[in-house]
Parts: sequence; C-alpha cells; structure tokens
Amino acid sequence: MLRFVSIGIACIFFLASFSIFEKKIYPDKLSEWNFFKGKLSELDPSKDLVPYALNTPLFTDYAEKSRFVRLPSGKSVNYQKEGVLNFPEGTAIVKTFYYSADFRNPGKDKNIIETRVLIKEQEEWKALSYVWNEEQTDAIREIAGDEKQVQFIDQQGITQKVRYVIPNQNQCKGCHNSNDQLMPIGPSVSQLNGNLNYPTGKENQLKYWSKHGMLENLPSYASIPKTAIWNDPLSGDLNARARAYLAINCAHCHRKEGPAQTSGLYLTESETDITALGINKPPVAAGKGSGGRLVDIHAGDANASILWYRMHTNNPGERMPELGRSLAHQEGLALITEWINKMK
Amino acid sequence: MRLFSFLLFILIGIPTVSFCQKDFQKKYQSLFILAEDGDVIELPEGVFELTNTLSLEGKKKVTIRGKGMNKTILSFKNQTDGAEGIRVSDGIDIVLEAFTVQDAKGDAIKTMHVKGITFRNVKTEWTGTPGPENGGYGLYPVQCQGVMIDQCEAIGASDAGIYVGQSKDIIVKKSKAYHNVAGIEIENSLNAEVFENEAVENTGGILVFDLPDLVQKKGGQVKVYNNNIHDNNYINFAPQGNIVASVPSGTGIMILAAKETEVYQNKIINNQSAGTLIISYTTTGKKIKDKLYDPFPSAISIHNNIYERKTGSPVGKDPLALVLGRKFGENIPHIIFDGIKNPALIDSTGKWIAGQCISIVNNKDQSIVTLDVQNNFKNIERADNSFKCDN
Repeated sequence: MLRFVSIGIACIFFLASFSIFEKKIYPDKLSEWNFFKGKLSELDPSKDLVPYALNTPLFTDYAEKSRFVRLPSGKSVNYQKEGVLNFPEGTAIVKTFYYSADFRNPGKDKNIIETRVLIKEQEEWKALSYVWNEEQTDAIREIAGDEKQVQFIDQQGITQKVRYVIPNQNQCKGCHNSNDQLMPIGPSVSQLNGNLNYPTGKENQLKYWSKHGMLENLPSYASIPKTAIWNDPLSGDLNARARAYLAINCAHCHRKEGPAQTSGLYLTESETDITALGINKPPVAAGKGSGGRLVDIHAGDANASILWYRMHTNNPGERMPELGRSLAHQEGLALITEWINKMK
Repeated sequence: MRLFSFLLFILIGIPTVSFCQKDFQKKYQSLFILAEDGDVIELPEGVFELTNTLSLEGKKKVTIRGKGMNKTILSFKNQTDGAEGIRVSDGIDIVLEAFTVQDAKGDAIKTMHVKGITFRNVKTEWTGTPGPENGGYGLYPVQCQGVMIDQCEAIGASDAGIYVGQSKDIIVKKSKAYHNVAGIEIENSLNAEVFENEAVENTGGILVFDLPDLVQKKGGQVKVYNNNIHDNNYINFAPQGNIVASVPSGTGIMILAAKETEVYQNKIINNQSAGTLIISYTTTGKKIKDKLYDPFPSAISIHNNIYERKTGSPVGKDPLALVLGRKFGENIPHIIFDGIKNPALIDSTGKWIAGQCISIVNNKDQSIVTLDVQNNFKNIERADNSFKCDN
C-alpha cells in the first residue's frame, strides 16, 4: 500500500517539478475568467456571453458542445460571405465539451470534460484548454493534454465507453490552422445561418447578432449562404449535406492553407476540382492509411474508397480526422457512404 | 521524520522510472510546449512508452537530444492517439539528435514547414518482421527548407524509411536504410544531395520521384553519389494504393518522372530485378489529371557507377520481373528505361533537345534495356551504348 502511495507522490513531484516553468499570463482556473455566473457546472453565461450553434458541427467522439462568443464591449464583427468571421481583437470563444449521462435525456446529469477558450490577442488566436475536476466545481488549465474515461447511454439505450482525449496545446493547432496561424474552425456566416433558442425566443443567429450590434453590414437574407445540416434532409440534398459534413470535419486540414495541403486532397465546400475532392485520386503519403484501396474516392463504391476507410478505422495511424476521435462516427459515415455509393 | 523521508526516497526512487510512463509523456510534452528559443531538451537514457504524439510547434533553435541512438528509445507500441510518433511543425532551426523512435502507429517522425531541420543519429524503426501494418514513413520531412539527415537509420517502414517530400536544399548522408519498401526517397524536391548512405535489403534502395497533384510541383537538381546500394530484393509489403506499391522488388535506384537528376559513383550491387530503373509516371498505369504535371523523366545523368548482380531471374512477380525474365532469363541488364520520352523535349528525329537528354555512360559493367512500354514491350531491346548525349 505504502509503495503505491509513494509512487503516487513521486508522480506528483515529477509533474510539479516542471509546471513552474510556465509564465503566468492566463488564469489557471476556468472560474477566474468569470464567463459563467452561479454554479459553474450550470454553464450559465454572464450577460456579455452569447450562445451560438453551428449548422453542421465537427464530430468529437459524440461529445455534446456548448458554445459561447464574447465580443469586447462596443465591438462588432463585419459580415463576410466566406470563411471564419474576422472577429475583433479581444474576442473570446468558449466551448465546453460534455456528455449527458443518457443521450435520450440531453442536458441532464452532465459529465463536463473540458472547456476550450480561444482568445484573439494582437491579431492572433490563442487556445487554452481547461480540464474539469471530478467534483465538477472548476476546470484547471492543462497544456500537455490528458485523457478521460467516459461512459454514456446512447440514443438507442446502449451503454457506450469512450476514451476521451484532451489535446495538448500543439495539437490544437493541428486542426485550428490556416497558413500556420491558429484559427477558429466553425463560426462562418453560412454555419451560423440557422435558428437558435435565445432567452428572448427562437431567432436566426445572424439576425440576432445584427440586432444586438454584434454583426455589421448584414445583407438581405436571400444572399446569405447557408450550410446544410448534415443529418436533416430538409436542409439540403445528399450532396450538400455530405459536402457540409466533409467541410467541417476534414477541410480545416484538407485545404490549400491547411496542414494536409501536402496530400493534394481538398475538401472545402467551395472546391470544384473533382480530383482535388478525391475522386479517382491516388493517395500521396497515406501509407497504411490507404487500407489497400487505390483511390481516395471510388465513385459508386464507398468500401473501395480510402476516404471511407479512414473514417471507418479507429487505428490511430490511419483514422481521420487524426485528432478528436477514438470512435468512428457511424451516422456521419453512413452519410458519406450513401454519398459515394450514389456517385456516378 | 528524516528517516521517513529517507525511506520514502528509497521507495519512490526506482518505481518512478517504470511506473510513470504517462508522466513521461506529460513531462516531455510540456517541455516541448514551453521550450524557448535556443533551448536544448535532453531526453534521458532508457526505454519510454508513449501513447500519444510528442509535438513541437512554432519553435526556433530548439534541440531535442537523447543519450544516444540506442540508449534513448521512445516506444509507441501502445500508442492510442496521434498520427505520428514525433511531429515538428512551423519551426526554424530544429535539431533532433541521438534517440530512437520505435513502432509508431503512423509515421515515426514527421516535420512540416520547418526551415532548417536536422536529424542526427536518429533511428526510426518498426520491430518484428516488416509488414503492411507498419507505419508509412520513418524520417519524414515534408515542405521543409534546409533538411539535414546525417548518420541516421531507418528500418521497417511500409512506405519509405527516409522520405523527403516537397522540400528544398536537402542533404541525406552517412545514413542506413533497410527492410523498408523504399530505403531513401526524394519526392518533388529541389536541390538534394544524397551521399555515402547504405541502402540494403529494401524493396527499392533509393528513389527519386516526381508525382502529380502536389503543392510543390516539380523536383530537380538531385544528386545521388557515393552510396552503397545493395541487395534490395525485399518483397514489396506496401499497402495497395501507395505509389511505392508499384516499386518492383529487386530495385537499386528508381527514377520516376524526375528531372535534373545525377547518379554517380555509387555501388549498385545485387539488386536482382533492376539495378537502375528509369520510368515515366504513365508506366505506373495511374491516371493523370494534373495539367501542370510532367510525367516524363528528363535531364538524367547516370555515370561512373559500379554495377554487379548475381546470375539469376529477377525477384518478385510484378509485370517488370516477368517481362525481363522472359526476355533475358538469368542475365538481366542493370539499367532499365521504359523508353518513353517527353514528346515536347524531342526533335523530329526522336532525339532529345539540348539539355534534356538521358545520359548513361562510363558505368562499370553498363548494360541497358529499353522496354518500349508504349507499344506493349514489342520492341524491347538492349541498348547498352545508345544513351550518349550530343549536348
């Protein structure tokens, strides 16, 4: 017994010995930011935080996400048709990852894992990760990453286990990367162009932002692009939904400005070159990630496509995205399977 | 109390090394993140198990130094996350030195967008019998400028042991690559010198490739000299779909669609199918949609190399081996050219225009075959002395 306690103590010493090196610039605790009022785990936003949602979000091992943005008082963001909005200096994006105990009762008995804070300072975004304690009373800043065992009951009533991985600070930039600059991935006008329940009632997010002085120069509604909701056939046809899904899940790296530019596979929604999209394109440096398949997308045959294989496999050297998942997203995979199988 | 502390010290001293592997990950990942310009991060001696990529990002003049290639071993055998063992990105003047990366689930060491990357006395290795479940690349600088690979070893990669892709100003020297599909590969890269290396028992020893659909379109100014390239007859174990899956087993040097490549003073010995293979991308049978891509090799010079092979059939069962075996039996010519020339680079008589020629001269035991792939090997013929350039 003593031996194990000693090992524990030794480990703590071992860890403590290097944490002192970091310069103290950012709060060590999430609570110190004052983003939330009352009990922290309720994630009840203070009044300058505005909730937002994306039409088609990035899949992260079935974690649910709460998202808020805080613009510096009196500041606004200018409308731009494409790409992530150019938020003003001092903007904070606060994103919390959690699991409801039973997905059939979302929001009840939450197990909050981490809160990520993206802040824009001196024209650059910085990413900070706060890992929640067991008691769910606060979250502590972590730079080197961590992992948590999580259990939840899924929509079908089946118990699922996830080894949820909290990325290290460098890995944040593995995804949040444009021309080697850290960037948010989600909040573009086309992703925000949808309804959200506000305390004041249901409203289109862009209209709400515009009404509250957060968004300038909003054009007429008809001219604003709108990303399809990947799992809502009423929001777009199969192609639109598949492209929306690939764009948010893959194109943060698989774009000309992203870390996967070396592959020549570009999956942005605006890509029109069918080879760049992967159709009949041989891989460049897939290694065993090819899964023995010859091309990224074999039109009409998902199973013969590397894209399908890499979304399907859970092997860390082969799976895509490289980070943020240890499980395959079965529902997303079903969408891409149908899209490829119906491709002529 | 003092006695208690002493006892505690005794108790914790030894177990920390073997029990705190997770803490090793955390400790070194933290050091990598917090490193400041000019820092040297020392890795201790021992075998350390890691479960996630160690990544270094946005740093300047940082050295990661172990206690020796065979003394500091980072094992990724039980890796659960991350697509590579070590990843370095967006840096300047980074040195990786004196350690081994073992059994990474994906690539062993990937460096991307680094200006000045040195690998010295670094080994990347997949243990056990080489197979398609091994990671793709051992030492893997891509889109880097100023690459130095010196006295390294690469073993067991299911693609390339030492792979330099889409980079500029490269030196690969005094290194050893074995039991990989490709020993050393230079792909879509400019100004590379590959010298005094040993490539042995790979599927293909040293490869110089230009591939389509990439950001850095075209390689060139590649020199391969004073290397010992021998016994590269290993079965091709690359997963299908990868370009190296089309490298014939038994290849010494392979030039695929590359330009401005000079191969000289190498010992190219006992590579049983093709001492040197020069082909265009069209010969691989893959479709080309990249309009800016030139699939043909040109401006190639192969001279003053020593060629030898044992009498015997080509190894492997790929089409090249079958064609060569049928035509030449057990005496396969050392140098094999598919016979396809870039139509834009030849004159009306079929001769290369100035400066674009493939020159093959002054090699010991020089023997050459032109395959005539375009006409389905119809006019396959020996052409030992017809690769002299007029200009």
